[in-house]
Amino acid sequence: MALWDKMFAIDRRWVYLALGLSVLISLKIPFSIPVPVSKEARNIYNFVDTLKAGDAVHLAIDYDPSTLAELHPMTLSILKQCFEKKIKVVITALHQNGPGMAAEAIDTAVARHLARTGEKKINGVDYVFLGYKPYPSLIILGMGQNYRIPFPTDYYNVPLDSLPMMKKIQNYNNVKAILNISGTSATDYWITYGNGRYRVPLAIGVTGVMATDYYPYWQTGQIFGILGGLKGAAEYETLVGTPGKAVDGMKVQMVAHLIIIVFILVGNIGYFAERKRRGQETL
Amino acid sequence: MHWGTMISTTVGALLTLAVFSFLYKDNPFYKFAEHLMVGVSAGYWVVILYYTVFVPNVVGKLQAGQWYYLIPAVLGLLMWARLTRKWSWVSRYPLAFYLGIATGVAIPLEMKAKIIEQLNGSVDLVTQMYSAQAGWATVVNNILILIGVISGLIYFFFSKAHTGATGGVAKLGIGILMIGFGASFGFTVMARVSLLIERLQFLLFDWLHWY
Amino acid sequence: MKRQLPLLIISVCGVFMVFQYFVPHETSEFLYEFIALDWPPIIGIFALTLGIISLVRVSFTKIRKRSPDWQFSIVTLLGLIAMIVAGLPWFGGQKSSAVQWQYQNIMKPITATIFSLLSFFIASAAYRAFRARSVLASILLISAVIVMIRFFPLGPLTGAVTWMADWVLNVPNLAAKRAIIIGIGLGIISTAMKVILGVERSYMGRD
Repeated sequence: MALWDKMFAIDRRWVYLALGLSVLISLKIPFSIPVPVSKEARNIYNFVDTLKAGDAVHLAIDYDPSTLAELHPMTLSILKQCFEKKIKVVITALHQNGPGMAAEAIDTAVARHLARTGEKKINGVDYVFLGYKPYPSLIILGMGQNYRIPFPTDYYNVPLDSLPMMKKIQNYNNVKAILNISGTSATDYWITYGNGRYRVPLAIGVTGVMATDYYPYWQTGQIFGILGGLKGAAEYETLVGTPGKAVDGMKVQMVAHLIIIVFILVGNIGYFAERKRRGQETL
Repeated sequence: MHWGTMISTTVGALLTLAVFSFLYKDNPFYKFAEHLMVGVSAGYWVVILYYTVFVPNVVGKLQAGQWYYLIPAVLGLLMWARLTRKWSWVSRYPLAFYLGIATGVAIPLEMKAKIIEQLNGSVDLVTQMYSAQAGWATVVNNILILIGVISGLIYFFFSKAHTGATGGVAKLGIGILMIGFGASFGFTVMARVSLLIERLQFLLFDWLHWY
Repeated sequence: MKRQLPLLIISVCGVFMVFQYFVPHETSEFLYEFIALDWPPIIGIFALTLGIISLVRVSFTKIRKRSPDWQFSIVTLLGLIAMIVAGLPWFGGQKSSAVQWQYQNIMKPITATIFSLLSFFIASAAYRAFRARSVLASILLISAVIVMIRFFPLGPLTGAVTWMADWVLNVPNLAAKRAIIIGIGLGIISTAMKVILGVERSYMGRD
């Protein structure tokens, strides 16, 4: 078998093994790569950073465990920044399998804040978790009129009016921005219905698969920031000063990307060698 | 580590390994995990829909004396007519109500967010080019974006055959689209690898504590 | 009754919602807030449970008919029952620790791992199919590689690569995605118009 034939004929399982091992080994080797912060991420950080204590933001956590790898670190970093700045957070989860993710992120952020500062963040006072409702487009519009229309109670079935934090929050006019962390088309709904109808400032943290689709909205100002995939998450972790799973993952990303680029190269060398050989045969 | 946490993490780790076994070939362990996930997710949805939607938005309202919430509840129940062949047409009423609202609300807002704002943004690019601060890079880039948008749109315009000048512009449009798809592919690789990294972080660090 | 009334409902609701956007009169605001935005999620509870009911039916049919892999349908049903039982009011509903446990230790690892398999498939696809067969395929390849290496520490080349990746994202990518967004927007609007005007009726099914 000629070399180029071999290049073509690597069993897919060898490709899997190479990728798996490269990720495994690079996770174990202690090294790091710098994470330069993009303008898209810095804009979000700066926006939250300039808010005053007592201001409120709406954190829309619209993802399920399938995309937690990229999005959970974003959520945790944003919650950390908000908790430290004493910014109140209204949290929703418009993905049917998402409330568990949001609840976990809140618990983790509250526990970490307690361990770091000794201050206990309280549900209903420092943050509220409204939970899930179906049909995101209409729910987003409903909250724009009044949070109480789709959410008469919070996730724990406590009436919104009995939560101290919600006394001053009626609709999007009372939150400074919506930060949407999403692995679904909910982001489109937030842009079209949230920003589109109510003009509320909106920033997004999305999966890598989705990130490039939102640059046109960034140019028009419909969104004021983008966190794209694990790199976006690593950038935000760097900005808030707690490098975590995302920053750690970037070195592994580099190695895995290298492996994939090598496979692309090998495939292409094999392809061109084969094409050249076929050309010679026909001559 | 607390033994309860250890058992829980081990269950998660074994299910993770069961799914990874699919990489070798389809097998009963993978099928078990896959079917279990479907069942548990469906169950989770039932729990969430009941407690976080049905209880506050229907039961709570009715308990508060707002009897007119029976109307959407009955409309919702009509959806279940779909389950019978004879009465399935009844489900068209609630469906029509929802579709009418969802499509009606979409028309002006989709027009605004996806068309008017995007065209506005493109016009802004022209305005920027004439501003005093615009350097040559801004001018070149903005012209490229405008050419890209127009040629991309012409590529999607199928009412005229892609021949002659239209064909040439459409071809440029495909080229621009290809750069966009290439960028998406690059980001998608990162996205997919992230998911693998997280799983291996879970197995190595959270389960095996092999730091 | 079977077809005309639903068509009328759709048209009235659809036209009202378009009208409401432009004329925020007190009455239209009232109908918008208390019917249009409040009722559909309630209908949604029942509509969405149809999927669950259908899952149960399909699973039972598979078991009854002893279809291939019918045993796994039992697993699906057991998973469904286990979660619903864990969420019964006596255990604390959605807040119950048994629901949380199943979410954290069954749903989360399986869902996350199933999607992580895609990393292997994309590597394999990149090796097998990502070929510079033509000018367009080469453009795709080059653009992808620039974006892929944008976070590599490449010494003196780092700045240039970052600049190139930023340019790809903010110039040609932006143009391409804008053309797609405008196309999608036009598609959504025309489909919505067809539904409201009764031209598009496939959602009604047959008969």
